[in-house]
Amino acid sequence: MTAADATTDITDSAQQPPVARRRRTAGWRIVARKEMADHVLSARFGILILILGLIGAASVYAAASALRDAVPSLDPALGGVPALFLRLFTVQADPLPFSFVQFVAFIGPPLGIAFGFDSINGERSQSTLPRLVSQPIHRDDVINGKYAAGLGVIAIMLTVVMALVAGYGILRLGIVPSAGEVARMVVWLVVAVAYIGVWLAFAILCSVSTRRAATAALLAFALWLVVIPWLFFSTFAGIAADAVSPTGTTQEEQLSNAKTELALLRLSPYYVFQESTAVLLDPEVGALGVLTPEQVDRALLSELSLTDSILVAWPQITALLAATVVVFAVSYVVFMRQEIRA
Amino acid sequence: MAKRAIRAQGLTKTYGTATVVDHIDLDIKQGEIFGLLGPNGAGKTTTILMLLGLTEPTSGRVGVAGFDPNRDAIAVRETVGYLPDNVGFYDDLTARENLSYTARLNRLDRATGTERMTDLLDHVGLAEVADQRVGTYSRGMRQRLGIADALMKNPSIVVLDEPTAAIDPEGAAEIQRLILSLAHRQSMTVLVSSHLLHQMQLICDRVAIFVAGRIVAQGRPSDLAVETSQGRVALELDADVADGALAAALAPLQASELEAEGGQRWRFSVPANRDDDVTTTLVAAGIKVRQLRRIGDDLDEVYRRYFESTRSRP
Repeated sequence: MTAADATTDITDSAQQPPVARRRRTAGWRIVARKEMADHVLSARFGILILILGLIGAASVYAAASALRDAVPSLDPALGGVPALFLRLFTVQADPLPFSFVQFVAFIGPPLGIAFGFDSINGERSQSTLPRLVSQPIHRDDVINGKYAAGLGVIAIMLTVVMALVAGYGILRLGIVPSAGEVARMVVWLVVAVAYIGVWLAFAILCSVSTRRAATAALLAFALWLVVIPWLFFSTFAGIAADAVSPTGTTQEEQLSNAKTELALLRLSPYYVFQESTAVLLDPEVGALGVLTPEQVDRALLSELSLTDSILVAWPQITALLAATVVVFAVSYVVFMRQEIRA
Repeated sequence: MAKRAIRAQGLTKTYGTATVVDHIDLDIKQGEIFGLLGPNGAGKTTTILMLLGLTEPTSGRVGVAGFDPNRDAIAVRETVGYLPDNVGFYDDLTARENLSYTARLNRLDRATGTERMTDLLDHVGLAEVADQRVGTYSRGMRQRLGIADALMKNPSIVVLDEPTAAIDPEGAAEIQRLILSLAHRQSMTVLVSSHLLHQMQLICDRVAIFVAGRIVAQGRPSDLAVETSQGRVALELDADVADGALAAALAPLQASELEAEGGQRWRFSVPANRDDDVTTTLVAAGIKVRQLRRIGDDLDEVYRRYFESTRSRP
């Protein structure tokens, strides 16, 4: 008896041969739908959307007041301010220390962590994982579904908040966004979801590799708090850059120092997200990176089309997407290699 | 010949240098209640996970309902209902919501899912509390909900891992009744693992005894008892007779020495093939038999012997 015969012998004494199965819902969709429902009905969703909404509205209120004071003094003959409506989101005005987009950049990491830190170890601590994976779905459907649900909820949340805040801005400012501005907001939302997706993926990685949800949350927040000073207080990167390539008197030396600093800053999703925001929400920003005074001086002030803005920010956008994919891939691999009964 | 539901050959699982499951062979027929018995950590759960394609065997071959769990895991999980050891549910959801998630994962349409859910909740006696959050359930209720959950996909094979562990005797009896009704009324194949031997011997058609990753004995519970008692059957007799007369009457049956139990009760053993002749012999000798019963063939005894013999090996 050959090995092949033996296998047939052991598996083909069956009731039924594998029949062609009809097309059916992918497993990850079923998992994602359940997770989404859980998220949306959870207290954390309510609290987070409340915080986002309130602070978002406050920042837009402050920005709108500042814009109302500033805009009439601009000479309409000069063409006014391009994409004025988008300034609602990017202008920081007293009494708040940040603009709407800065706030989103800041709240993004905790938001991503909040929807991911207990995704897998939550199933483990409730011992629902063996029951779940013994259903006719693939094992990766579990983690894919959970990631998709997290991204979905974050996208819904940001869209809702941005729409509410925009509506409020229309009332305060009395101007309506143009189609181009709306398109920019949509692209920005996609990039923002990718940015938060990095942190969501990281939180899922933590939840895969630790047994307790609390440990995972602490781990994720700890990394965020270590990364934050690096990003918020660029002095940190400045000092590091000075150590690597000291500032000198020549332009070359100063340029290389600035480039080192920028390279360090760009290690963090926060800075990369800020850069893409700057380009996407302001048609007048035509370049990113280190510019010499000559380059700035001789640049022609012009409005970029949305496609051109996307092109300028393309490296940043792909970097964010890549970071999301890479971090998720790591947690995927770790999860797939784990024993179900761990 | 009855169709085969589960078959394993030389199934082995090692973690590093530790061999958790060591070349086991199983051959379980359709409609059979098969027990995997053994202490905690004997490799029962690992075996079950390999049968379901949730853990990859280090070596050996498996066939479940005609599918190879390692290549066609989805097909296996469509036909096999599984109640994990220490089953868990989403505590914030009601029993109905938990089961309806299982229904969706099995791609049941809404009507079928709801109908089956109502039937099963009724069957396991949870209809009244179906809309309570599972967080409020007792251990026994969870276990019964777990059985309902395993049956949602209308499986032809059900695998129950420690279904009666850590619940009270009444709850355990209820679950035993459920298992029997599955196999006998709905002709499902039931694979049940447990360390509680006396409970399993009441319901299992055949059992396999696991010790340290190996199957040390396999067969019908009563046969195993005979096997371990070196081919003899122990009996307890309550009769109106004197010592000497009884010994004389039993001599032709190659009976062992009588052990007096006090009053008019004795214990002795006879070779397994003479078991049926004891009553006739006693009656023929004019002895008034009040009670004669087999003893020592419950699995606890069997299991204890196997466990001791394995442990005493160097």
